[in-house]
Amino acid sequence: MQDLVEVTEAGLYCRQGDFFVDPWRPVPRAIITHAHADHARRGCGRYLCAAPGKLVLRSRMGGQAPIDVVRHGESILINGVRVSLHPAGHVLGSAQVRLEHGGTTWVVTGDYKLERDPTCAPFEPVRCDVLVTESTFGLPVYRWPSSEVIAADLDRWWRGNRDAGRTSVVLAYALGKAQRLAALVDPSIGPIVAHGAVMTMVEAYRASGVRLPPIDRVPPRARRVGGGRALVIAPPSVLGGSWLRLFGETSVAMASGWMTLRGVRRRRGFAQGFVVSDHADFPGLLAAIEASSARRVLVTHGFADPLARLLRERGLDAAPLATRFTGEASPDAVGVEEDDDPEAPASGTAPSPGADADAATAGIPGTAAE
Amino acid sequence: MRAFTDLFWQLDGTTRTSEKLEALVAYFRAAPPDDAACAIDVLSGGRQIRAVPTSLLRQWAAEVTGLPPWLVEESYAHVGDLAETLALILPDPAAPADEAAGANEADVGLARLMRTTIHSLRQETEARKREVVLATWRRLASRERIVWHKLLTGGCRVGVSRTLVARALAEVAGVEPAVMAHRLMGGDVVDGEAYRRLLAPQRHDADDRRPYPFFLASALDGAEGHDVASLGGVADWQAEWKWDGMRAQLVRRGSDVAVWSRGEELVNEAFPDIVAAGATLPAGTVLDGELLAVAGGRLLGFSMLSRRSGRRTVTRRLLEDIPCVFVAYDLLEERGEDLRGRPLHERRLRLEALVPTPFAAGTDAHGAGPPQVPSAIFLSPVVSAASWTDLGLLRAEARRRGVEGLMLKRRASPYGVGRTRGDWWKWKIEPLEIDAVLLYAQAGHGRRAGLHSDYTLGLWHEGRLVTVAKAYSGLADTEIVEVDRIVRATTLEKHGPVRICEPMLVFQLAFEAVSASTRHKSGVAVRFPRIVRWRRDKQPSEAGTLDDLRRMIPGGVPR
Ligand SMILES: [Zn+2]
Repeated sequence: MQDLVEVTEAGLYCRQGDFFVDPWRPVPRAIITHAHADHARRGCGRYLCAAPGKLVLRSRMGGQAPIDVVRHGESILINGVRVSLHPAGHVLGSAQVRLEHGGTTWVVTGDYKLERDPTCAPFEPVRCDVLVTESTFGLPVYRWPSSEVIAADLDRWWRGNRDAGRTSVVLAYALGKAQRLAALVDPSIGPIVAHGAVMTMVEAYRASGVRLPPIDRVPPRARRVGGGRALVIAPPSVLGGSWLRLFGETSVAMASGWMTLRGVRRRRGFAQGFVVSDHADFPGLLAAIEASSARRVLVTHGFADPLARLLRERGLDAAPLATRFTGEASPDAVGVEEDDDPEAPASGTAPSPGADADAATAGIPGTAAE
Repeated sequence: MRAFTDLFWQLDGTTRTSEKLEALVAYFRAAPPDDAACAIDVLSGGRQIRAVPTSLLRQWAAEVTGLPPWLVEESYAHVGDLAETLALILPDPAAPADEAAGANEADVGLARLMRTTIHSLRQETEARKREVVLATWRRLASRERIVWHKLLTGGCRVGVSRTLVARALAEVAGVEPAVMAHRLMGGDVVDGEAYRRLLAPQRHDADDRRPYPFFLASALDGAEGHDVASLGGVADWQAEWKWDGMRAQLVRRGSDVAVWSRGEELVNEAFPDIVAAGATLPAGTVLDGELLAVAGGRLLGFSMLSRRSGRRTVTRRLLEDIPCVFVAYDLLEERGEDLRGRPLHERRLRLEALVPTPFAAGTDAHGAGPPQVPSAIFLSPVVSAASWTDLGLLRAEARRRGVEGLMLKRRASPYGVGRTRGDWWKWKIEPLEIDAVLLYAQAGHGRRAGLHSDYTLGLWHEGRLVTVAKAYSGLADTEIVEVDRIVRATTLEKHGPVRICEPMLVFQLAFEAVSASTRHKSGVAVRFPRIVRWRRDKQPSEAGTLDDLRRMIPGGVPR
């Protein structure tokens, strides 16, 4: 039987339905799991996404892009393939793509997490025969603290800084993480202000019906914004520029799953790192794989080799799926450019010799037709 | 353990000396004396024992977590630090009792923890070790486990110098840092009682063994218009060889001898031969000079010296294998009188009257050669020349002589404090350089854990690249990250932590000297190799050859 998803030069392709999932080149028809830059590229003929993510995708793809939506769980037929989108819990509107054809069901997870997130619908396990899963944090050293612990840590840090007259700056990806953090912290501690890139997404979230505490846009030429009491949410790209000087004395913390590692925190010079990720941690990946009841698992995006090997040892038919993103994750890629997914693997976000799409997609194991 | 864990993470979380000092002071002010004594030992890099082999820890961690051993190894390779890896993969401890009420009960002091779960564990059976380790894992939180693992495996390095620990303790005790540094050398602070003595505000007998602050030279490298042409007449300057050793002061006062390193660390334990020789000097003498390793009439170089300098005990064998000398180049105190304000030429005359010259008549007048007298303390010879040009020619011989260049000191100058520009210059020879190709990369440790920052480089020989040097990267952090990415993307093979990469990156390798070597496959050994620049403008085919490197060997090219 032919696979429902294969890797082509333009990305994950469903031949039977003639559409792509998260293509990395412009294609006529693209199903988008979520609006992060490494999953949603401009220039496709038509986009399909889950309804809650439409405004976010619109703000990323531009006003002219033709975007179709389906509700979470609603199924449609595309050239005989039954397609439905199910909450992935990653960011607003993020979806797992369920494909059914000829009695076989595949699910492409996109990015996902199992933790509670007040800004998007929670992850829903979807049963399938074949699961294509991400593995950004697919090593057992990655285990996330609960949202309550993260919120308490953030609040304590913010309060401490406020009492010392220092502005708290938390660096987080502009789409998703920034809004989640704003929703997690205790807004009674002080004013929350945000970088313009974050505000654009805050507005898209609000317009989509997500409730967020009051957040002010940082005025372009303000001096000592917030008087040392504010929590500033900004993308990591502000590091090294002059923007941070607006705030006088600051304490700068990065919010990322990579902050788990002492070496990464030290190298990046962060006094404080918060382990907050919108990806599944290692136990989360295993739980999601088990809940899918899939017998065959294709692992992409991160630590594909070790995770696939572990699954094989546990009796599943598992293999790494070589996509454009199959380079090994490098914690130091965190937020190198503003428009990168801060937790995307390195070779997907920066040009490096020998890792271009053509080289990386050649010789894909286990996915060729027939 | 909680207080020490907090200290560990505070020290870990900052690179600012002032913040480290603050954290240390706060810890010592609050710590029970027994714990403080124990912490001093750990922080100052005291003898640490490996109570449990790391192979067993990995094995037990795999058992406890139900993970296959290869995945534990894979995780270690990613994290770059075993203590941290294990701490992260182990299940969370049983929920601690109510924080406030249960804290004291659950928290075991550092000293007791060291005694019960580390020191007494070494002699125990494997089964007993396992029992204690697993029980401790169940009790400690992840951040405590990291610290405990480091103590348990004898690898607890926190990134504070002994000097900084001494400064913190000095502040707590209200005495001068040099006094505290010296008190710390009086013997191990074995228990709370010894810690209380350490902090006593009154004078100890030995407090006056203190050195003077070191005067430091600036580099004469053409920067800011400073070169020999700007120095005036050559006759106003005293030139000496710049020795590749360890700067030190030898203090002989009362009945004591103290050898101090430039970091104001007392290094008596590492240099008992120098201490013995120092005892023959008249009381009230302070010499400034350089410790060098010399054997069989040859300078042994810095790497041999460092095998001595880090020791707290030196075996007879090591003393015989790596004998050391103290080359004196200044006299700071004579018969108890501070001479630092007097001009150098006067101090030099007095020094020459006090310390023997090593060079018997008839030897090389410029004498960068080996010492001929059986004394462990001798005079640094003056290199004389009629002009800057002549002196420059002598400087060019430095590499052949095994020294780093010349020191230039203004004859009329007093002995200054710190690095005051103008009177002392180091006029070093330029390093040797060659462009080499990256062949293997390995993940670094500490600040660079998980990043491929240790590079093995190769040069062309008969159409192939042969490895010639392993060098730590001197690149900027952003470049290291970029190289790391390329290494990951172009890995041909993985051998444990080492990746063989496609030869595509060219680096400029700097080093101090090249010598023939039978221990290296290439037949040459480069000294103090370091990467100074990423040659993005060069293709691997444009890198240097092994023959280029061989031509840099002084005195010919062995084949
Ligand atoms: Zn994403």
